[in-house]
Amino acid sequence: MENNKNLIEIKDLSIHYIVEGEGTVRAVEDMNLEIGKGETLGLVGETGAGKTTTALGIMQLVPNPPGKIVNGEIYFEGENLITKSPAELRKIRGNKISMIFQDPMTSLNPVMTVGEQIAEVVKLHQKVNAAQAIERAKEMLEKVGIPADRHKEYPHQFSGGMRQRVVIAIALACNPTLLIADEPTTALDVTIQAQVLDLMKHLKDEFNTSMLLITHDLGVVAEVCDKVAIMYAGNVIEYTDKKRLYTEPRHPYTIGLFGSIPNAEEDEERLNPIKGLMPDPTNIPSGCPFHPRCPKAMDVCSERKPKNTEIEPGHFVKCLLFEENVK
Amino acid sequence: MQERLLEVRNLKKYFSTKKGLLHAVDDVNFFINKGETLGLVGESGCGKSTTGRVVLRLLEATGGEIIFEDKDILQFSKDEMREMRKEMQIVFQDPFASLNPRMSVSEIIAEPLRVNKIYKDKIDMSKRVAELMDTVGLAERLVNTYPHELDGGRRQRIGIARALALKPKFIVQDEPVSALDVSIQAQILNLMDDLQKEFSLTYLFISHDLSVVKHVSDRIAVMYLGKIVELSDYKSMFKEPKHPYTQALLSAIPVPSIEVKRERIILEGDVPSPINPPEGCRFYGRCRYRQPICNEKTPELEDIGNDRFVACHFTNNLKEATV
Ligand SMILES: Nc1ncnc2c1ncn2[C@@H]1O[C@H](COP(=O)(O)OP(=O)(O)OP(=O)(O)O)[C@@H](O)[C@H]1O
Ligand SMILES: Nc1ncnc2c1ncn2[C@@H]1O[C@H](COP(=O)(O)OP(=O)(O)OP(=O)(O)O)[C@@H](O)[C@H]1O
Ligand code: SF4
Ligand code: SF4
Ligand SMILES: [Mg+2]
Ligand SMILES: [Mg+2]
Repeated sequence: MENNKNLIEIKDLSIHYIVEGEGTVRAVEDMNLEIGKGETLGLVGETGAGKTTTALGIMQLVPNPPGKIVNGEIYFEGENLITKSPAELRKIRGNKISMIFQDPMTSLNPVMTVGEQIAEVVKLHQKVNAAQAIERAKEMLEKVGIPADRHKEYPHQFSGGMRQRVVIAIALACNPTLLIADEPTTALDVTIQAQVLDLMKHLKDEFNTSMLLITHDLGVVAEVCDKVAIMYAGNVIEYTDKKRLYTEPRHPYTIGLFGSIPNAEEDEERLNPIKGLMPDPTNIPSGCPFHPRCPKAMDVCSERKPKNTEIEPGHFVKCLLFEENVK
Repeated sequence: MQERLLEVRNLKKYFSTKKGLLHAVDDVNFFINKGETLGLVGESGCGKSTTGRVVLRLLEATGGEIIFEDKDILQFSKDEMREMRKEMQIVFQDPFASLNPRMSVSEIIAEPLRVNKIYKDKIDMSKRVAELMDTVGLAERLVNTYPHELDGGRRQRIGIARALALKPKFIVQDEPVSALDVSIQAQILNLMDDLQKEFSLTYLFISHDLSVVKHVSDRIAVMYLGKIVELSDYKSMFKEPKHPYTQALLSAIPVPSIEVKRERIILEGDVPSPINPPEGCRFYGRCRYRQPICNEKTPELEDIGNDRFVACHFTNNLKEATV
């Protein structure tokens, strides 16, 4: 069943939000993903695709109500997180799994020095005294390229890029086995983004940390990830290793995404956007959720839900074009 | 010979702040030819939006000249400027914040027509609004909806329709697609391209996204801390960036491809404060080619041939720093 080489395995996971008066948002549907030791998986999708919800699902932090894990299992080091008690989960979070949240600027405490904030996490999860925790905090600051003697400064005394590095230092302070990073560089300028990505790659290699990197930027994925999962309206519609995704994308939505982005290395005259708009999350189209926008849609696409099909070893696509017995 | 629509000379915009004079735009020079797109790129706070607003006189310049069709619009009276505004429009980044939430789609698009008393007849005005909605790809049925009922892409289409209402020659696009998802962003970029051709529009396109700027621009100006450090046609710039900052900036672009591997230049340190900046090159503290003179004398934007302009004391002669 579950593979020992994988640090985390997500099986048939579905997460819904039940919103009074509006209906059910199927934020994550039948998700199957795994991340190996030291591996980085990129989770890509546009607004509302279900990326953050997936991360909250792994952390067992989906707000309930309105959210609920309605189906599936999440194995972490061979054990199902969904059946863990709150006390067990608290131990895992921060110790073994840590998360960088989407809006990092709000995840720092403005009235605490950055050193104290890192030390606090260290103390919570490791048996160390206050002095040792501060020493560890200073070490972490150096690791993210901030001079240790600035540990007594407050967040507002740092630039945006430095604050983001502090957030990374906090997330890595306990040497987690899995780091979930939700759009960690989206708010940063490109030269600072380059600094931060460089740092994350470095630390990941040094500690052999596995990572789930959430982003909408296919450039960032090409830079950092080993594998990629593309999400659309709650579904992972394509999932494979990075090389295959960039050289042989198969799902019409993935192909549409590549057609939509200008590439600094190429001189395209015109973009090939995907037509239409994102669906209403409480009213996802029947059959394949992408069918109203899909240039390859067939009659059957509005009626039948595509299954996850392995078109080549390790290359999964959710599209009826690749299913047998579909005409 | 290409005709110039707009030329900006020694443009300055300083803000007084508690800590001193903030040099948001400091001695900026550029021109834009008719029908062309000049891209303006640079990192947060380098002065892009301020430049765009000062050029339209939505903010008053501290100094300099803004020559639009051979006339310095900084010398214009209020009335003259009101006439001139019809020629010069702006589209903002955040379509939501820039649209009045209490006005319907048709009211928003009609507003500039109403304010400038373009139509006496209400039916003519509605016809024009319908035409504009059609031009930007907004379905007729949305005419009485409100911005909050619409998605970001449609809201941006409203902003574009409003900017087109008075048939301008020139539009400042201030991060028009930065808030949009990529699939919608591509639709809007294509729309703006079509409109430019159809109505012979000239654009100043402001963005921090270098891939987008490269895609839309004929020429690109790179800004750093209130100054233009490099200006040239997009091809030469991407092929062979000259200024050390442009080199670092272009090397940092994440490219959605696994075939190209770029040599990345990781910049040390952070952007310095724009308040009372000292004499000397503003990139000095982060430049790996800096020399003693760079800290004493401000490099001017100089013509280095082939319509390329660079502000660096050591263009074509960069050597690793000795200081
Ligand atoms: N607390 C909530 N209550 C109700 N619906 C929610 C809640 N959180 C998220 N959703 C809905 O679930 C869907 C998935 O949201 P999620 O935040 O996971 O998307 P995302 O891919 O992270 O998007 P973004 O790129 O905008 O961060 C969306 O339709 C969203 O509106
Ligand atoms: N009204 C104002 N008063 C004081 N300072 C201002 C004002 N407007 C802008 N500034 C400052 O001027 C500088 C340039 O700001 P501007 O908004 O033009 O930058 P930008 O390049 O558009 O940045 P971004 O990419 O973040 O939009 C910044 O340091 C900013 O803080
Ligand atoms: S299942 Fe049909 S509509 Fe969906 S992506 Fe495939 S071809 Fe397009
Ligand atoms: S003038 Fe000097 S410091 Fe400035 S960019 Fe050129 S070499 Fe670097
Ligand atoms: Mg999210
Ligand atoms: Mg701006």
